[in-house]
Amino acid sequence: MDLKYTEQEQVFQQEVREFLHANYPVDIQQKVAKGIALKKSDYVRWQKILADKGWVAPGWPKEFGGPGWTPVEKYIFEEECGAANCLRTVAFGLVMLAPVLIQFGTDEQRKKYLGDIYNSDLWWCQGYSEPNAGSDLASLQTKAVKEGDHYIVNGSKTWTTHGHYADMMFTLVRTSQEDKKQKGISFLLIDMKAAGVTVDPIITVDGMHVVNQIFLEDVKVPVENLVGIEGDGWTIAKYLLQHERTYIAQVPRSKKQIARLKKLAQQEMYNGKPLIEDSQFSAKIAQVEVELMALEMTNLRVLSKLSAGDSPGVESSLLKIKGTEVQQAITALLMEAVGYFGFPYIKETMLEGWQDEPIGPEEASVLAPHYFDWRKSSIYGGSNEIQKNIMAKAVLGL
Amino acid sequence: MNLEFTEEMTMLQDGLNKFLQHEYDFESRQKLSRQGIGYSEEHWQSFAEMGLLGVAFDEQYGGFGLGQTGLIVVMEAIGKGLVLEPYLASIILGGQLVQQAGNEQQKEHILPALISGELKLAFAYVERQGRYNLADIACKAEKQSAGYLITGQKSVAFNAETADHIIVSARTSGDTISKDGISLFLINKSTKGLSFRHYETVDGLRASEVSLNDVMVDSSALLGELDNAYVTIESVLDSAAAAICAEGVGVVGQLREKTVEYLKTRKQFNQVIGHFQVLQHRVVDMFMAEEQMRSLAYLAAIRVDEGQFDARTKSVSAAKIYMGDARSIVAEQAAQLHGGIGVTDELDVAHYVKRLTMLNTLFGDRDYHLQRFSKV
Repeated sequence: MDLKYTEQEQVFQQEVREFLHANYPVDIQQKVAKGIALKKSDYVRWQKILADKGWVAPGWPKEFGGPGWTPVEKYIFEEECGAANCLRTVAFGLVMLAPVLIQFGTDEQRKKYLGDIYNSDLWWCQGYSEPNAGSDLASLQTKAVKEGDHYIVNGSKTWTTHGHYADMMFTLVRTSQEDKKQKGISFLLIDMKAAGVTVDPIITVDGMHVVNQIFLEDVKVPVENLVGIEGDGWTIAKYLLQHERTYIAQVPRSKKQIARLKKLAQQEMYNGKPLIEDSQFSAKIAQVEVELMALEMTNLRVLSKLSAGDSPGVESSLLKIKGTEVQQAITALLMEAVGYFGFPYIKETMLEGWQDEPIGPEEASVLAPHYFDWRKSSIYGGSNEIQKNIMAKAVLGL
Repeated sequence: MNLEFTEEMTMLQDGLNKFLQHEYDFESRQKLSRQGIGYSEEHWQSFAEMGLLGVAFDEQYGGFGLGQTGLIVVMEAIGKGLVLEPYLASIILGGQLVQQAGNEQQKEHILPALISGELKLAFAYVERQGRYNLADIACKAEKQSAGYLITGQKSVAFNAETADHIIVSARTSGDTISKDGISLFLINKSTKGLSFRHYETVDGLRASEVSLNDVMVDSSALLGELDNAYVTIESVLDSAAAAICAEGVGVVGQLREKTVEYLKTRKQFNQVIGHFQVLQHRVVDMFMAEEQMRSLAYLAAIRVDEGQFDARTKSVSAAKIYMGDARSIVAEQAAQLHGGIGVTDELDVAHYVKRLTMLNTLFGDRDYHLQRFSKV
């Protein structure tokens, strides 16, 4: 057993580090560090830089434009990006849909979409949840009825992140009423500009607009936008969700957030000394660090198995739960670190271009809104309760 | 021993509940919170007419003399309705400071007007470097022939925007962090050198940064004894902390009720999700937390009224610690069990979650009170 990177991996790590240092835009880095809301143009700009380098799609097979990295190299890349406060690429096209198209799509679909996804010229959102289908995703009711060479789609999707930015939405729809609800689901690509698509903003607890409800009323979708075969949607959805869940763990980001927390606790005073010297507070930081340390090692063990040729399985559920628990615990401590300065709510501080003098510690006013907003992480991507059900069934055989 | 509400308390509670029912639905609350001064002057006058503003004050100044236990029903209702009016800032913090530290003249000048709703107070006690340490005061008041010259910065002073007078804690002698040498000043808001930066708080209330730039006040502005205000501040903040623990009970009650209701109506997997034991146990945990919090909030109020220092600080801290625990047991779980809808601005649940979370911070968080409890 050996944790050290090979010489080759170390060379790669150095290369990534130098590339990020030279090419990652400082203004975006500042926004990420300060927790300022990011715009579509920020994502596009950074993703195009990565695309030019050939690094925007680490998960794609080489023949489709992936860099051909080993699992360890992918991990190194993610780790270095986290350490450099990099903007994470938007998962919908690059991490979620693309592997689906590669695995289940037709040659035409791959030709039509992969290039634009790679170059961030086509923006995607995910049409999974519905008002009445959350944890029980398979009970979704959005209907697609085939008429000639089109499907006519009716229904509603919700919690659609970046729905207001998206050109296209990959969607789970019901194409038939089978006795087993998972059977009648299909995977359809819907043009957001099509007639009958309405995007309604949902304002979240932090006062921001990131998610949306989508209404679909007699939307005409060409049959060639079906991915896989009719009724295959649930298999595809499960395949895709596994990718989403590993993406959710975010160990490098949490490490960076711990560093941010420590810096803040060094700067804040309590009883005439830095807060970090308060044994109660430092013990709380330690507790999260221990959890994160375990999570990182678990992540590496999964990675090591992948390197040995195994496929990812239920570990993604474990990584999702522990990953989001750590993220949430850090947001709570960041908020606690600033005490009374968690009270001021100045929405503009979360937006680009705010220049006023901060109230209390710089960035303090984003910390409580972030804490509230991160409650979502144990809900999305399959709630943590659902992840436990999966593990109870698949790992423990209950 | 009798732990039932008195007749007066029950009447107050009924009146308030009726008021909330008719005037304080969530949509109206949200509208009020986001405009102008962040609450309704009209409601404030109604509170005065209902006798709410005088609950805890001595009868000779126009109060009901019900003490801290009388505040239980008021604060629980304030929690239940997410009430925005400056009851805590003006009546409890401001009013108690005057009642406990003021001389006869100050009390007669301030309290009747406060109780009738004509006058409001705010207390500026937080400082940038102080965190929860009430003795960590850098704001300075220097004795001059005509009075005091005050200079310093105060933070997160609730409802200072609409207060007529600001009460400021300042150092008249001793080093920063020394409990000795702290004094209180009652300053008219229009006094030269006093300036403000007002803002909304994350839980929908209003607060201000207060700058004191060579603020000259005369000797009559001194509230209580020179150099000896620490004990008063601690006592008044204990009273305020006990009060917000009762508010927390109201908030938690709503979160529990709304979450149970949701579990009974939301269907997934062909059944109401309330059928799942894992979720049932979480709301049972909420229910138990609520009852334990209620017990500690009542205990704290009784101990504040009794006035014995050790028993007071211990029970107030215990109630605050429990409210801190409620952040994870009640607030976070209420959001979790509601799913996505629980983290939207549109649903009242998120706003109860925010208030309960910030109640943990207010007057010292769980860690602060654990430490204080263990030292008594």
